[in-house]
Amino acid sequence: MMSRLSRCLVAVAGALLAASVWLPLWRIRLIAPQYPEGLGLRIGAGTIAGASPQDLGNINELNHYIGMRAIDPASLPELRLLPWILLALAAAAFVAAALGRRRVVGAWLAALALVGIAGVADLYRWSYTYGHDLDAEHAIIKVPGMVYQPPLLGTKQILNFTASSWPASGTWLAVAALIAGATALVLSRRSSASRRGAS
Amino acid sequence: MRSRGRRMLAAAVAAAGSAAVAGAIAACHSTTPTLTSAVTGADAASRVYIAPGQKDEFYAFMSGGFSGQVSVYGLPSGRLLKVIPVFSQDPQEGWGYDEETKPMLQTSFGFVPWDDAHHPELSQTNGVPNGKWLFINGNNTPRIARIDLSEFQTEEILQIPNSAGNHSSPFTTPDGKYVVAGTRFSVPVPNHDTTIASFAQTFKGTLTFVHADQPGKMAIAFQILVPGFDYDLGHAGKGVSDGWFFFTSYNTEQAHTKLEVNASQNDKDYIAAIDYRRAEACVAAGKGRTMPASYDHNTIDQHSGAAHVERLSSVIVLDPSQCDGLMYFLPTPKSPHGVDVDPSGEYIVGNGKLSSVIAVHSFSKMKQAIAAKAFDKVVDGIPVIKYESVLAGEVKSAGLGPLHTEFDGKGYAYTSFFITSEIVKWKLGTWEVVDRTPTYYAIGHLMIPGGDSRAPWGKYVLALNKITKDRYLPTGPIMDQSAQLYDISGPKMQLLLDFPTIGEPHYAQAIPATLIHSVKFNALAQNANPWAVKTEADGGITRQGKVVHVKLAAIRSHFSPDNLEGITVGDTVYFHVTNIEQDWDIVHGFAVLGNTDASELILAPGETRTLKWIPRTSGIFPFYCTDFCSALHQEMQGYVRVSPPGSAVALSATINDHTLGADRMAGMHSNAAPGASPAAHAAGSPR
Repeated sequence: MMSRLSRCLVAVAGALLAASVWLPLWRIRLIAPQYPEGLGLRIGAGTIAGASPQDLGNINELNHYIGMRAIDPASLPELRLLPWILLALAAAAFVAAALGRRRVVGAWLAALALVGIAGVADLYRWSYTYGHDLDAEHAIIKVPGMVYQPPLLGTKQILNFTASSWPASGTWLAVAALIAGATALVLSRRSSASRRGAS
Repeated sequence: MRSRGRRMLAAAVAAAGSAAVAGAIAACHSTTPTLTSAVTGADAASRVYIAPGQKDEFYAFMSGGFSGQVSVYGLPSGRLLKVIPVFSQDPQEGWGYDEETKPMLQTSFGFVPWDDAHHPELSQTNGVPNGKWLFINGNNTPRIARIDLSEFQTEEILQIPNSAGNHSSPFTTPDGKYVVAGTRFSVPVPNHDTTIASFAQTFKGTLTFVHADQPGKMAIAFQILVPGFDYDLGHAGKGVSDGWFFFTSYNTEQAHTKLEVNASQNDKDYIAAIDYRRAEACVAAGKGRTMPASYDHNTIDQHSGAAHVERLSSVIVLDPSQCDGLMYFLPTPKSPHGVDVDPSGEYIVGNGKLSSVIAVHSFSKMKQAIAAKAFDKVVDGIPVIKYESVLAGEVKSAGLGPLHTEFDGKGYAYTSFFITSEIVKWKLGTWEVVDRTPTYYAIGHLMIPGGDSRAPWGKYVLALNKITKDRYLPTGPIMDQSAQLYDISGPKMQLLLDFPTIGEPHYAQAIPATLIHSVKFNALAQNANPWAVKTEADGGITRQGKVVHVKLAAIRSHFSPDNLEGITVGDTVYFHVTNIEQDWDIVHGFAVLGNTDASELILAPGETRTLKWIPRTSGIFPFYCTDFCSALHQEMQGYVRVSPPGSAVALSATINDHTLGADRMAGMHSNAAPGASPAAHAAGSPR
């Protein structure tokens, strides 16, 4: 059995993960000369929304010039799945906390890490597809050799737009959950070792 | 044990929390704008500061776009000096409301009191602006106006038939002989009912050359019938290319639906190069045909101040297939907008708005290619010269969305880039980019004083932007457009000034103030308006059936006459008011209560204008001076008594406290010139 502290940490990890479902996981920010206030996308577990309510529409409006397909959150199956996956992982954390078994917590941590990696890979895949699969027939502005994939992390110039992409609060909560879970594992190993030493 | 566990828990939560905070900081930090901003000269303020009482170095004439007018600014101060009414009714001057100027807005479609004014063009002598006139196009209902720059008044408007969307206009030839008008929206010629899907077969463009060197005598010399593309902008050759005219075209795809996509397919569209002396020769040889057309030529008589409409009924049309060597197409990437000819006349710059390069053609190579018949193909009888055979060079990777180029006369060109919102300076001949500066935001035209002429005054460049956003105090969802002034006298462009403009200034022109000779006022003795009064005692009233004419003198601080009786409901009243002042800037106004038929009159010294009024109810109606003219301006008023229909009140007018009868003006109206006479309006002409 894990210590009460470790089990608490696992439960906290579950709570952090559950909270991340309602927070943006990633932010993409676009700044251009005629957009001094910038345009932004907030990518959440179940949504893609503008940083301001009108931003998604305006980004799609601008993207039609280069033949990029419209970003339609309803067309992305991942957005329907991810909230449930995260909630399931959160529930699993509570179960793991209740069971207090190191092996279960370890498995939970591995699952969370896998989901995280898969999520980031999926984000990259979609941004690649949007940035590369352009409708050449209907594109109005065609710059030879130009692709429009935003960076995954960091800042990049895309024609007149400076595009920046960074993890947002939801992802940081998930990272915190990961850290909390890992801390629980480390602490429980120490405490079980000390218990063994005491006996 | 328990307390230790609590401490550990707190530490872990704190660690997680700080990770989240760090993330938030990183996210916030990433939103910091990375744009470069324009270089502002440290002493920018002093370089645009015109001390009280001092005057600007340049007049800038900026098109009012959808306001239909021209605004006049001083440079470098950016002070608004005046709005000249052109195509739109303007209550500030009564333009298009008073009987004298209403005919100016007459077209074959009827009274069109608005237009979309795009490109001011100063008249030129030997390729240099001369300060005499300013031409400007009406894009919506094709027209060209001529503004006299001694009066700052629109004096002539010529309608352009067989055209729709008069966009590539009214650029001048260097000798001032012609201004041009090219069709943006091709239409059937002559226009008739047909299917829109027959666009490629039936729709045509016209490139019109208008005689423009004699005031009051603008006239269509000839129209060249061209394939149904969209003709966008133009500029005359000069120097070595004198005698040629260049027009850009887009939609060479001949799309008639969703042009945004369907007219953006071809990698190259065309610049049409016209040898207009060859056109003159063909017309002289009888190769043009006379086509019926219906269009109006409106002129203001300089002596009466009254406008007159002349309805014209034919135009000479020249088909390029009937006139060898008249025109050639120069392939130009991609949907070119402006075509700009450098001061020497050798380089013809095609600003391909969807192109990643700026293509610069060489006039001498064009001549060689024509001699060698280096043609790709022939389109509707018009040879298309091979791109490589006419190209002088390409400016590469300069920016996105090039629209217009102006020249400083020192070997450099300045191109506006809409999408990347910047001005890029590049060197003629080497095509290398030497400087760039942001504009705020989305620049359309740019303007260097004389920057499209043979001899630019290359001291400033003005950015004329389409989008304003956060540049000034916000004024709701619709803001005026913005302009920025840059000093270009050094190697680096320096931002000096930022100011809002009126309407949407598309193009602008500027000229040294010393070349403009503005009059202070016109001599009353020269006023030949048939309704003018020269003295207060000449005022009076007369009746012609249901029409009542009142002649009034306006002079500080009264009207003469000032009280009027004997008018009845159902009459049409014309107030002919003459400002009999002969003093600088003593302007009077005139307005009457509840007038639904006009605005006010604004009267320069020595000038006569006429206000129409149909009183609908009986009673007492004051009239008054609307322009604060003098110490007793508030006393400058009068009354009209309006009696019920059929009333027996005798017609009378009060002059200098004496009431005079209606015979004051007997026989006066017979002096009125036909057409200019308000009586003609009352008699049922379609004003």
